[in-house]
Amino acid sequence: MSDKKIYAIYDDDYVLLESAKHLVAKGIHIRDVFSPFPIHGLDPVIGLKRTRIAIAAFIYGMFGVAMALLGMWYFMIQDWPLNIGGKPNFTLIDNLPAFIPITFEFGVLCAAHGMAITYLLRNWTLPGFKGRNPYPRTTDDRFVMEIHTSDNSVKEEDIKALINETCVLEIDVKNA
Amino acid sequence: MEYQVSKKANIVTILLIVIGIASFVIGLLTSHGHTSQRLWANLLVNGYFFFTISIASLFFVALQFVSEMAWGVTTQRLFQATMSFMPISALALLLVFVGGTMHWNHIYHWMADGVMDPQSEHYDAIIAGKSAYLNQPFFWGRTIAYLAVWMYFANWFRKKSLEEDKLSVNHGESNPVYKRSIIMGVLFIAFFAYTSSSSAWDWIMSIDVHWFSTLFGWYAFSGMWISSVLVVLLLVIYLKSLGLLKEVNDSHLHDLGKWVFAISMLWAYLWFSQFMLIWYSNIPEEVTYYIDRFNDYKVLYIGTFLVNFLLPFFVLMSRDSKKNVVFLLPVAIILFICHWIDVLIMVLPGTMHADGGLGAIEVGMFLIFLGLFILFTLKSLSKAPLMPKNHPMFDESKHLHT
Repeated sequence: MSDKKIYAIYDDDYVLLESAKHLVAKGIHIRDVFSPFPIHGLDPVIGLKRTRIAIAAFIYGMFGVAMALLGMWYFMIQDWPLNIGGKPNFTLIDNLPAFIPITFEFGVLCAAHGMAITYLLRNWTLPGFKGRNPYPRTTDDRFVMEIHTSDNSVKEEDIKALINETCVLEIDVKNA
Repeated sequence: MEYQVSKKANIVTILLIVIGIASFVIGLLTSHGHTSQRLWANLLVNGYFFFTISIASLFFVALQFVSEMAWGVTTQRLFQATMSFMPISALALLLVFVGGTMHWNHIYHWMADGVMDPQSEHYDAIIAGKSAYLNQPFFWGRTIAYLAVWMYFANWFRKKSLEEDKLSVNHGESNPVYKRSIIMGVLFIAFFAYTSSSSAWDWIMSIDVHWFSTLFGWYAFSGMWISSVLVVLLLVIYLKSLGLLKEVNDSHLHDLGKWVFAISMLWAYLWFSQFMLIWYSNIPEEVTYYIDRFNDYKVLYIGTFLVNFLLPFFVLMSRDSKKNVVFLLPVAIILFICHWIDVLIMVLPGTMHADGGLGAIEVGMFLIFLGLFILFTLKSLSKAPLMPKNHPMFDESKHLHT
């Protein structure tokens, strides 16, 4: 059986949320939703997994902190000790307060950049990549649900019938 | 009203006070000299700590109106309840200041006789140079102005909030109390922006009279703000365990957790900024403050900083732990105690020098004040419904989802 994508198009986030609840209650698996802004409360309804980007950000941040401390230990203490403001550089711990601002900044820098790059890579939306949004209007005022026939044991016609029970604007079917 | 102070709560608070008194008496019996100065210093510590919890609650309530913040409406009554302790803690503060003026204590060295008189043997040129600001009439004028204006606003917000409950606002009509609360909120915050700093200079920073730091006011302010949010967080956890506060959901806990996290970072940032600039420039007149603390209070001083910074940073960073009482409760209790110790270390080194410390008297006084504070707060909670009625954003707050 060939896989088909069924798109249900809505013009209101709340209507889409209620429709999603309705469809999920009938056992339909919704692959994805496209919307111009995050819809509160939708994630658990369509069974989206929690994002792990926070964990990634934490690791990037800690990496930045470690690199900054390692770098400053090497530059300022190991390789070329300088006496700045009457504070000779003997050990890392003695001079730690002076290194904290840079450590903090570098930690933030690594966390922010790492998170942004991870996000863009994971979504495959780095600059120059082709957009995969099936309906450009979902960046404006439309809300679209994507349902795959291969995800569901129900037939295409039955899925459409169920969608028609909700306040849907339009249903569109594309071959995968 | 839906909340009644339970017998158990009363017993626990009275037990706290009794343990406090016992500890206090043990402390008195085993004290080795400087007892009177120590009592005065502790009165200032606890008076200031608990007074500023109330005043920071008032600030947060005002801020909610000014920023038209919706999520906090369901917890607003809890912030209002913590303001009820103001008269008692203000009394404790006034007692310390009167004691200073009457020379019953020696908390404020600049109040001593002769320090500003060039003929006297106690003359101190540095202190005399500050006499334009640090003189008794001006100090008393400021103190009375702070207390009077702050308490007027606290009273006003509480009274109007209760009045609002009795309004009958039809759908589509604007709510006059809400509109006026915004204006009063703006006025209060404008006043508080200056006085939160200057009160910290007057009451706390002038203990170490040779030293000054322009950052000190914000450091004190961030400390009081987090203490107030912690108290409300603990109240929410307590009331929810009784099955009350049904309107307060996970998301409200999450938001309070975020505030605890954020203000902890603000506090740590200010603590460190003040320390690092002084450490780096290493000017004798500035480092005195830190030398006093590092010589005699190192464990407490550095320890509270590390706890107050690292504990919320690592424990409350994740979204799940900010919603989970298992994490929130211990963190809130530890932070509350450590922020009290922070105030203790603001006061003790300048008043007790090498002889101060965290002893039975300190713990006893803290428990007595804490017991009274809880008693007043719960009493105030039982006097009004836990949820404001007619607040235009109440519905939005009830359906908060983060």
